[in-house]
Amino acid sequence: MSDTADRVKKIVVEHLGVEADKVAPDASFIDDLGADSLDIVELVMAFEEEFGVEIPDDAAEKIATVGDAIKYIDDNKG
Amino acid sequence: MTGLMAGKRGLIMGLANDKSLAWGIAQKLAEQGAEMAFSYQGEALLKRVKPLAESLGSDFLIDCDVSSMEALDATFARIRERWDTLDFVVHAIGFSDKNELRGKYVDTSLENFLMTMNISAYSLVAVTKRAVEMMPNGGSVLTLTYYGAEKVVPHYNVMGVAKAALETSVKYLANDLGPANVRVNAISAGPIKTLAASGIGDFRYILKWNELNSPLRRNVTIEDVGGAGLYMLSDLSSGVTGEVHHVDAGYNLVGMKQEDAPDIALV
Repeated sequence: MSDTADRVKKIVVEHLGVEADKVAPDASFIDDLGADSLDIVELVMAFEEEFGVEIPDDAAEKIATVGDAIKYIDDNKG
Repeated sequence: MTGLMAGKRGLIMGLANDKSLAWGIAQKLAEQGAEMAFSYQGEALLKRVKPLAESLGSDFLIDCDVSSMEALDATFARIRERWDTLDFVVHAIGFSDKNELRGKYVDTSLENFLMTMNISAYSLVAVTKRAVEMMPNGGSVLTLTYYGAEKVVPHYNVMGVAKAALETSVKYLANDLGPANVRVNAISAGPIKTLAASGIGDFRYILKWNELNSPLRRNVTIEDVGGAGLYMLSDLSSGVTGEVHHVDAGYNLVGMKQEDAPDIALV
């Protein structure tokens, strides 16, 4: 697993209080991990802080799964 | 318990998470011995507010939709069941349709204009009216505003208009309630990345611009706001009412870009 994936997973586990083995790349934040819409906003803010990336609203709206988040961060981090 | 807020009880409205300005204020108040109740709206916020309140030793949580006068009456009835008097209120509440916090103000709908005004400005009036009835020995009410009330800030739109109404409400309320020794003030905080701010278009640009152009050359933190909040809610500010106090690294006095600030592009 990549460094980004490990760090994303750690943030998701801490923020949503879910088991680490449930945080698979194809896990949906809302459907599989029990996130609500405020959780999504908070996760996006946490990712931005951790990775120094900017995730604009239109990109954030397309991040549905853990894998979507990892891919966006890998594609956009400096 | 000793401290500036020892023996004082208050209601914190609008705490959302540990990034909230209300959290910066509540922490400083707790350090100084204040006893606090917290109001929140709905289950999604309860699960966030509960652990924070508990960490400050409070189990007093009240579900309250400030756009409902019945809900406000019920909130203050709950407080009265537990406490005879109230010393302070922190009003950290605002709401607008985020689709209208981008683009142009001229496109504001009547429906969202009225809702934004109701939740972001009138709620202070409604809350203060009820709080005063529990402040026989005087008290302090504090709300939070932003520079977009005074000058045009891109995308702040209808929220700027509502904050202008809020700031003027602070003055009228302060005048009405001065004889009862109830003080009403606002903190105009510089931009801080909170849950609420995430709804504002191009917020990162606003943050960067303030960091580069404020006299202190930085953005403010919730700790900065907390310190000013403690001052406003404690007897340290006993002679202050009707004030809009800027906690913005001095940004409000700047007339143009600083010479050492680079031109920055929207991203």
